[in-house]
Amino acid sequence: MTRLSVIPEQDQPTSNSPALVIDGVDMVFSRAGHAVHALNGIDLNVKEGEFISVVGPSGCGKSTLMKLVAGLRAPTNGRISILGEPVSGPRADVGIVFQNPVLLPWRTVFENVMLPTDILKLDRTKTEATARDLLALVGLGGFEDAYPNELSGGMQQRAAIARALAYDAPILMMDEPFGALDAMTREQMNVEVQRIWQASGKTIIFITHSIPEAVFLADRVVVMSARPGRILKTFDIDMPRPRTLDDMVSNNFGDYVKEIRALLGSGTEGGQNDAQSNW
Amino acid sequence: MTLNQTGNETVPAYVAPNFREKCASGLRYSLLPTVVFIGLLIFWETVVHVMEVPGYIFPAPSAVGKAFYHGIASGVYFIDLGVTAFEAVFGFILGSFLGIALGTIIVIFPLMERIVYPYVVALQTVPKVAIAPLLVVWFGFGISSKVIIVGLVCLFPVLVNVIAGLRAVDDERLDLLAALSATRWQIFRHLRFPNAMPFVFAGLNTAIVLSVIGAIVGEFVGATKGVGFRILQANYSLDIAAAFALFVLLSLMGLTMHSTLKFIERRTVFWTKSQDIRDS
Repeated sequence: MTRLSVIPEQDQPTSNSPALVIDGVDMVFSRAGHAVHALNGIDLNVKEGEFISVVGPSGCGKSTLMKLVAGLRAPTNGRISILGEPVSGPRADVGIVFQNPVLLPWRTVFENVMLPTDILKLDRTKTEATARDLLALVGLGGFEDAYPNELSGGMQQRAAIARALAYDAPILMMDEPFGALDAMTREQMNVEVQRIWQASGKTIIFITHSIPEAVFLADRVVVMSARPGRILKTFDIDMPRPRTLDDMVSNNFGDYVKEIRALLGSGTEGGQNDAQSNW
Repeated sequence: MTLNQTGNETVPAYVAPNFREKCASGLRYSLLPTVVFIGLLIFWETVVHVMEVPGYIFPAPSAVGKAFYHGIASGVYFIDLGVTAFEAVFGFILGSFLGIALGTIIVIFPLMERIVYPYVVALQTVPKVAIAPLLVVWFGFGISSKVIIVGLVCLFPVLVNVIAGLRAVDDERLDLLAALSATRWQIFRHLRFPNAMPFVFAGLNTAIVLSVIGAIVGEFVGATKGVGFRILQANYSLDIAAAFALFVLLSLMGLTMHSTLKFIERRTVFWTKSQDIRDS
């Protein structure tokens, strides 16, 4: 596992220092003349080095939450702070993996990974070696000079992960990154993400609508309700690391999945009632 | 036959159908069109001779060929071709450059769209043939008036496509760059500009065809040199074979310009090409 050393070691996470604090966040959109209440009173503290999964039904505002944390949108109410600083706009210490790979087709895979370096005006000579090592880490060694449309969907998403890791942001936000992948590739990618997380010590917020994926990856699973999105419950996943795919059939794992599924079942109904009263 | 000695028979068995396949595709893609072309020429020649069509109404291909050879051999064509090609190419470059510059300014400063764009559309709705005589009065019978006419013809398709291309940016890609705190200029340079390139080339492809038309229109209005001027002369002297030969010359020129641009396009916006291959 020597190649994992390419990711600079983070300081040992002090368990109390919060990487991310979300405090009473509301988000209201106006869509086609209607006020859409996307998020309602979200409170969340994420510790440094923690792996958080956010799970919930479609349209529960998971992606909106990600955009708020990334500073791409401003919340209607409430405050968000990262590493003690309030979020007022996009910031370089949050890496993002979107639902789609969002690679630029005119750049090679390598140049796509170098995009943050160019935008943040970092020293190319310093990041080039890191970029190559990261591509090897995500299993794209030898594809540096390929163009995105020569890669499969899974490979494109791996390249996007390498890009998000390339500028050493301590916090990584992943928004349903494997939604478009087939089940087998998805499981492999989950194992990869766990490996990358353990090697890098980053704080990861992983948004998904797959309950098993959320449980497999996370230290804590945040369960959200349907619109208006609010946090129903937070589950501490007490399972040893590194977890393997075999763990997914253990009783412990199954209990977590069952419990979250039951909660989401009732939560969805409640959410639908709320949505109806909103119309 | 070392292949047979090693007992590997799959290799020659594989080569044979491949060769046959190549012949078949060669037949489809080059031989058949050639045969059809020659057949048409023979048909045309026969009809003209059998029905005794006079040469000043419709010349036989042999007469056109003779006129073409004469024009090439005497060197007359080269000067005219050079003049017309210069007008078309430089007008194209002028118009495209203006189109790209103006389109970029309009996208960067939205107010400019309200100020400039109505005039551009107004100018576009006036047929260039109508303005051409005025431009010849202003800029003379020489090359410059034609370059300006071609420039005006090429401006609009490029401008429209540049604006569309710079604006047709994927929201997710914008978010990606915004999340990295990219400046407006960085978004323009790393996203909007390359994103617009396929659109720009679509505009350029339209413009390069129009550029030849623009040059000929300009020469028809008033010129002392050029292929268009030579076509008018041939018409006036009822030398229709020569006019046909000049049409061929024009077509060859247009084809060359178009394929040169296509070549540059394939090299520049290679990613859209591979997209096409994957989709088909």
